[in-house]
Amino acid sequence: MSTVKELEKQPQASTPVAPAATTSISGSVAVLEAFIAEGVETIFGYPGGAIMPIYDALYDYNDKLEHILVRHEQGGIHAAQGYARTSGKVGVVFATSGPGATNLVTGLADAMIDSTPLVCVTGQVFAHLLGTDAFQETDVINITTPVTKWNYQVTDATEIPHVLAKAFYIAASGRPGPVLIDITKNAQLQKFDYAGYQKCTHIRSYRPKPIIRREFLHEAAKLINSAQKPFILFGQGVILGRAEKEFKQFVEKSGIPAAWTILGLSALPTDHPLNVGMLGMHGNYGPNVLTNECDVLIAVGMRFDDRVTGRLDKYAKQAKVIHLDIDPAEIDKNVKATVPVWGDCKETLPMLTDLIEQKVYPQWLAKFNEFRKQEEEICIYPEMHPNDETMSMAEVINLLNELTNGDAVMVTDVGQHQMVTCRYAKFNQSKSNITSGGLGTMGFGLPAAIGAKYGAPDRTVIAIIGDGGIQMTIQELGTIMQFGAAVKIIILNNQFLGMVRQWQQLFHDKRYSFVNITSPDYVMVANGYHIPAQKVEHREQLRKALTDMLDHDGAYLLEIMVGKENNVFPMVPQGCSVSEIRLK
Amino acid sequence: MTKQEYTLTVYTENQIGLLTRIAIIFSRRKINVESLNTSPSEIENIHRFNIVINETEEVVKKLCRQIEKQVEVLKAYYSSNDEIIWQELALYKVPTQEVAEKMQVERLLRQYGARAVVIRSDYTVFEATGHREETDKILEILGPYGLIEFVRSARVAIIKKSKGFHEKLQQFEERQPGEEVIENEYLGDKSASSVFSM
Repeated sequence: MSTVKELEKQPQASTPVAPAATTSISGSVAVLEAFIAEGVETIFGYPGGAIMPIYDALYDYNDKLEHILVRHEQGGIHAAQGYARTSGKVGVVFATSGPGATNLVTGLADAMIDSTPLVCVTGQVFAHLLGTDAFQETDVINITTPVTKWNYQVTDATEIPHVLAKAFYIAASGRPGPVLIDITKNAQLQKFDYAGYQKCTHIRSYRPKPIIRREFLHEAAKLINSAQKPFILFGQGVILGRAEKEFKQFVEKSGIPAAWTILGLSALPTDHPLNVGMLGMHGNYGPNVLTNECDVLIAVGMRFDDRVTGRLDKYAKQAKVIHLDIDPAEIDKNVKATVPVWGDCKETLPMLTDLIEQKVYPQWLAKFNEFRKQEEEICIYPEMHPNDETMSMAEVINLLNELTNGDAVMVTDVGQHQMVTCRYAKFNQSKSNITSGGLGTMGFGLPAAIGAKYGAPDRTVIAIIGDGGIQMTIQELGTIMQFGAAVKIIILNNQFLGMVRQWQQLFHDKRYSFVNITSPDYVMVANGYHIPAQKVEHREQLRKALTDMLDHDGAYLLEIMVGKENNVFPMVPQGCSVSEIRLK
Repeated sequence: MTKQEYTLTVYTENQIGLLTRIAIIFSRRKINVESLNTSPSEIENIHRFNIVINETEEVVKKLCRQIEKQVEVLKAYYSSNDEIIWQELALYKVPTQEVAEKMQVERLLRQYGARAVVIRSDYTVFEATGHREETDKILEILGPYGLIEFVRSARVAIIKKSKGFHEKLQQFEERQPGEEVIENEYLGDKSASSVFSM
């Protein structure tokens, strides 16, 4: 094997942080020193046997590093994801070996598919016990290989500074992703001569971003300039690339209508005149239908997920496709690109903006508005203004928009409430919509909201969660109780696993198989955790309750009873083309 | 597009766990690996994987991109059989008496290029290198004479057009590499026609 020590020989630019003189420190202290050098402020974690030396070292770092003791490692990693998504920084997690490490797997898979930068440090049994089925030993490196961008097992403390430097560099650069570093207990305890921390800025086998090929940009500009009905699709790449401003300039100069994937939501203000709405299965009518009418499709930082494209062989076949992405493996993966623009959109977008003509497409935009009107009439208005006593999810979100002016961070779980929130929430600024997109992880919402609050302490963070998802990670109310994250929790309770029920209704002859989930008394549960709470059963209580929640200084829980069998529409049924979207 | 045999040549760092990272790219997509060989390359500390799969070119291209996405992979190339020189090695253990008495050993050696590695009174080990059909043919011949053991190695392949990886590695090591390093030959029609362009 070669170790990182050997890799050291490879050219690495480095800025020495500490003087060349060495001091003797333990591997555990080296981990914490690395965090401080990387600007880490908050760690989400849970101690255990194999990570105790690191926790022991942490005892002396209380003033420099804030550690949030979660109630379950899955909660810890989702919190770190929420933190990374609102702060734009790398989320950091501690977990112990064995069950502690395996509890991270769902969060790693979620962060992998949603490109969230994380560094997870897990404890591991002593190196001499590896492979002996020791207590709380599990092969975490092999378990996590498919769900990490990079992982590495440290058995010698001298490796720790270089390995952590690589970990932070890999997690945050290029297309971000989760990195896991497994450190055996002996390496945590081992003292070694520490010469300071050097940030990693180059790994020879790793190219986070390419030099941009201008000929493709010229081709792209030519296509855009001659287009009659161009259409922009944008994804999280705009947010991850911190290219919101560049994207807005591109949209405004080009005059092209732009629609978002759920992870791209909030990259462009929702009320921007060229923001035509949401793509995909529960997206807006116009963006879906007109995908199959546009002549040039410009995809920015998105990966043509099947929930966005519907049936692939009937997806935008008429269009020339320009695909901007930092990950070359995404180009041509699902949709063949006519012009591939491989690069960081923070760089490619301004170059493209320079090359295109200032234009407007009034007739083309009017088409989106026509579809919008139909959708408004058939779906949106009735959903927001139900004509019976039953409250709808949409009216709750609509009222929230009014009360928060679109300035809140909205964190959602997975299911009907997620689709409704993404459809109707208003956003003025980026990094405001935090949701589990690719993996669809129920239980993501509550812990992610806790992390989101730490990542954006000055903003209002509202967690919208269903009655199914809340029960998957409800123990994190304990984290809120202990550390006081001022998260506003709204449970939209329809007394069903609503999205599965909707599919059973539409595609399985209404055979409701194990979707009628019951709930505890959430107000009592919240009060048990010393979190104030209310249950809202009637519309006339709603505004007051939401105001109470928002005005309260601290965490608050609202359970809102909504229609039991409401469906989310429009909908592109699975296996159908985007142009076959149903309004009811 | 029809499926055909492709040989992937992957240049990597020498890192524990990388074999798993590469192997699961195939298994996740339920693609059978026909043959896999890891070995040193022309450059010290750089490893070279040869992987043979039966797939369409489109799938193979996408696989190469997924492989290159791994942090410790420098480069992944794919070649059809006419673009490479390749060999496999096979060993055959047969009972000496049976073979000496009943078989035309000379023909085996001369016509099929086999070599005797070990000759003992109880058994003899023949070795042959070549393409699959050639080593298979010998297997067919020896079969009736009480073949005791048979084993065949993975394919090792040399890319006809390759000029080696030395220059490319130097470019990889540069912090601000030239445009030619960064270009991905699988992207777009403008890419260089040469298989081995970087």
